[in-house]
Amino acid sequence: MESTILLQVEAGVAIITLNRPKQLNSFNPEMHKALKKALKDAEQDDSVRAILLTGTGRGFCAGQDLNDRNVNSGEEMPDLGESIEKFYNPLIKQISAMPKPVIAAVNGVAAGAGANIALACDIVFAAESASFIQAFCKIGLIPDSGGTWTLPRVIGMARAKALTLLGDKVSASQAEEWGMIWQCVADDELIEKALSVANHLATQPTKGLGFIKHALNHSSQNRLDEQLELEKDLQRLAGRTQDYREGISAFFDKRAPEFKGK
Amino acid sequence: MHTDYSDLLVELTQQGVLVVTLNRPEKRNALSNGVLSQLISCLDMAASESEVKTVVVYGGETMFAAGADLNEMSTQHAVETWLNPRPQLWQRIDQFEKPLIAAVNGYALGAGLELVLLCDVVVAGEGTLFGLPEITLGLMPGAGGTQRLARTIGKSLANQMVLTGQAITAQTAREAGLISEVTIAENTLNKALDIASTIAQRAPLAVRAAKASLKSVPNGTLSQGLLMERQLFSLLAETQDRAEGIQAFLEKRKATFEGK
Repeated sequence: MESTILLQVEAGVAIITLNRPKQLNSFNPEMHKALKKALKDAEQDDSVRAILLTGTGRGFCAGQDLNDRNVNSGEEMPDLGESIEKFYNPLIKQISAMPKPVIAAVNGVAAGAGANIALACDIVFAAESASFIQAFCKIGLIPDSGGTWTLPRVIGMARAKALTLLGDKVSASQAEEWGMIWQCVADDELIEKALSVANHLATQPTKGLGFIKHALNHSSQNRLDEQLELEKDLQRLAGRTQDYREGISAFFDKRAPEFKGK
Repeated sequence: MHTDYSDLLVELTQQGVLVVTLNRPEKRNALSNGVLSQLISCLDMAASESEVKTVVVYGGETMFAAGADLNEMSTQHAVETWLNPRPQLWQRIDQFEKPLIAAVNGYALGAGLELVLLCDVVVAGEGTLFGLPEITLGLMPGAGGTQRLARTIGKSLANQMVLTGQAITAQTAREAGLISEVTIAENTLNKALDIASTIAQRAPLAVRAAKASLKSVPNGTLSQGLLMERQLFSLLAETQDRAEGIQAFLEKRKATFEGK
């Protein structure tokens, strides 16, 4: 049987592909475990300096595989909190805490948790034909995988409420216009464009990028003085990286810097 | 200065901060009697050396201390446990008179958390977990865990931690008052050193008196505490450093403290 997650490392970029195309890459426990491992491997591999997450086939990710969730009358009510605690929440935290940039290339529909996993990534590209759907409300559930946290921050409360209460489909171009994602690109250029950004990031000061990500991810929980303190701490660490030294000396030598990610 | 310990790395900074790093990574810094004894001999040395102003206890970027040494404990029955010198070892850490600052990453579990509870100031890296998992092994905290934790973070959370054995995050620990700062793991030691170095610049006798007054808080009534505070406050009136501190403030210059 083919793996539910493909991991390929090339030129400093780990390409992680959700690979259950017949089920629109919806999650089952096996795929969760494989994705967790792939992200962990990418984190621990020093040669990896950027991560690209995408899906095979016509969908990006349809969220939870509802075939695992068939609730027949007479059966005990399921504990959905369990799979969130075990899989979805750790996944979102893993992406958020990843000290390397994570780029999403949303190749097709991103629905339910699939949409929120994409939005948890640092830079999101989407193909023109892709769409985002907060489908939860249609089956009596609430947006999970960080949806209720991320959406108001990226598109504002008014849009977040309408989207999550109505469950309407948002096209990639609308998502770009709203600032929900970074860029909507032509379908046949998606991978090329996302990969070129990933390749670029893989040549940049990885530690510094990780610190930027960290600071931004914390900005909404902190008060200004706490955030200033955090910036000070992170800048202190950034100032001790080899890449900072390289960046400065390249600037003075008027040459292109060669960052090592250290 | 004697700094040769098998399970500790010891370094004195220029600011007078003694950094003691627990260094038994293969045992996840388990606090055996041996490690505690080394820590105490280190503190004894720190107590007598005037250039040591404060002590930072650190366990590294990924681990503080994951508990006691279970191999050591499993062979002890009631009599051996009763006669074990361990309570005296903990007491000696508790009696250390200079500020003790913990820089915690990874796990502070069981005895690791009990050590944290003996420190005056605690900073932790994000992702650090604090817990008393003794109950999951059929035992219970035996070095102040139930007592100091309940006094530090309050009844309900302490009960939850001790009775379930489940750990809390650094964020929760800060909200509950167990620790004072959360930072990223790579920065935990820096943060502790910042605090320790700042304290190291203060007048040594005032620091010592203030620590003694603060340490007495859980042990007595408010009126006893206020009395003790006033006595120590009065005692400092006799010190040269107090005169220097006030003088320097009035002259808008930096004070030079001598510990006299």
